Amino acid sequence: MSEQRHLSPNQRAWRRFRKNRPAMVAAIFLVVFVGLILLWPLLGATNPNAVSDAQFAKPNGQYLFGTDVHGRDLLARICYGARVSLVVGVVGAAVSLVIGVSWGLVAGYVGGRTDAGMMRIVDVLYSMPTVVFVIVLITALNASLAKMQTGPHALSASTVRMLQFTGLFVGLGAVSWLTMARIVRGQVLSLRHRAFVDASRVLGATHTRILLRHILPNIYGIIIVYLTLTIPSIVLYESFLSYLGLGIQPPQASLGSLIASGAEQINAVRIYWWLVVYPGVTLVVTLLALNFVGDGLRDAFDPHGDR
Amino acid sequence: MYFLKRILFFIPLLLVVSFLAFSLVRFVPGGPFDSERRAASPEIERNLKTKYHLDEPILKQYGRFLVDALHGDLGPSLKYRNHTVSEIIVQGLPVSLTLGGMAFCFALGIGIPLGFFSAVNRGGWGDYAGSFLAILVICIPGLVIGPMLIMFFAIKLRVFPVALWGSWMHVVLPTVALGLYFSGTIARLMREGMSTTLHSEFIMTARAKGLSETAVLIKHAFRIAVLPVLSYSGPMLADLLTGSFVVENLFQIPGIGVFMVNSSLNSDYTMVVGLVLLYAVLLLGLNLVVDFAYGLLDPRVRYE
Repeated sequence: MSEQRHLSPNQRAWRRFRKNRPAMVAAIFLVVFVGLILLWPLLGATNPNAVSDAQFAKPNGQYLFGTDVHGRDLLARICYGARVSLVVGVVGAAVSLVIGVSWGLVAGYVGGRTDAGMMRIVDVLYSMPTVVFVIVLITALNASLAKMQTGPHALSASTVRMLQFTGLFVGLGAVSWLTMARIVRGQVLSLRHRAFVDASRVLGATHTRILLRHILPNIYGIIIVYLTLTIPSIVLYESFLSYLGLGIQPPQASLGSLIASGAEQINAVRIYWWLVVYPGVTLVVTLLALNFVGDGLRDAFDPHGDR
Repeated sequence: MYFLKRILFFIPLLLVVSFLAFSLVRFVPGGPFDSERRAASPEIERNLKTKYHLDEPILKQYGRFLVDALHGDLGPSLKYRNHTVSEIIVQGLPVSLTLGGMAFCFALGIGIPLGFFSAVNRGGWGDYAGSFLAILVICIPGLVIGPMLIMFFAIKLRVFPVALWGSWMHVVLPTVALGLYFSGTIARLMREGMSTTLHSEFIMTARAKGLSETAVLIKHAFRIAVLPVLSYSGPMLADLLTGSFVVENLFQIPGIGVFMVNSSLNSDYTMVVGLVLLYAVLLLGLNLVVDFAYGLLDPRVRYE
């Protein structure tokens, strides 16, 4: 570089990210993809829940991706399902971010016994199968929701659906914050005795201020990186839960529940391949783009990691 | 000494894990007898609860469980009441162990060469192709590849059986469905490990003293480069060996992965606790083995 300009670490990271061609392609793809599935209803698309007589129609001119067991347009359902999957992934990752970052910040900053105790809890949770956790959380929530649906103060169906969504987010976030907590704690441990933190403490800054003003901005990069890599894993986890019947409830759909219902239709006589292949490929491509962006961000924020 | 300490540390950890699972399943509304074929009358349900001591305070129940567990008795399954938890595990575990072990070998067999190849051709087309393949495979869950394999190889081409568990032919498709994802992760770890190792000073020394490139790569670099893969193998094996619900369910395989999920869904208290304990023991034991092997492979590692 001929010109000598001072760039902040974040600006330098952004510059490196733009130079990473696969990551940029993936990022642009994601933007276009999200735009497409958001604008889809405005482009005069068919209703994803509209039932027709064309049961198990092969992909053709009218139904580009074919139809399912109720004659519903698979393309419309995939667009709708992809939107649900992405929302679940982003919100679930946000939940895991909030839990993981606060846990790691407190453990790393307070240190001592508190730190040891909090990290032992993480160790214990690590050595339990997450499936059991998620199922217990979600069934507990669904059971209490079912109780609320009856009785004098019954909730409306849409409220219940919203609460179910929330339960799913919380459940998914609650099982995927462990690694984030470990990473953040490690970073905070290495930051908390640095000169600028001590200086700020001497000047009389409160703990909250030190954490939010001085420590948190220094670990933004790694948090963002790990957050982008959490989204695909949550999207994946949601598809697994949908397969168990605990995820998105019909007639709503996510990519996972579409694949699951496609897999149910497998029989030895007729092959309805489109029911699995189209939602499956959509899921794979989405995960791929998310992972490329995450990797690109990691390389951009951590230039020494990979050289 | 170090390993003895770690094994001693397992005891409190397993106690906490089992108590957590024990209280967690009981905290969920609804009980193990809710999904009976005919709704049990209140008297029957009360009798069942008394029989299995579910009406006692939770700490007393846990104490009872601990005493039994120390005698090797995990209690009867509350859902399949003619069988004990140990019986069900003994029946399903060999199947899951076989499938998980095969998937593990598959993942290593594909992942290690792929990562090795990418790292050696670093920056070249081979690296791009290899790395892309690895990340692609990570994005293909068993839920997607499983049904596709069944439809293509079992129904259309009729090369492999559609489902069930019997001959070695039955093992092929589930192994691929289960191991594919992990092979991508292994490949990425291997590439990272190899790239880092190839830049270290002992490799420069090995090259400087005139060793052939093959000797440098295989004899010197590999045993250090494979360490990240080794650390990942512990948790990966614990996951693989305790079975996968999706793959076992898709291929109708009688392993314990299905039980792990169904027992949690049915509030089969004893079964959940037994399986959680099994998972924890496997995970802790395998991590111990991994750390031991680590010390053997890397002479720089010393356990105090």
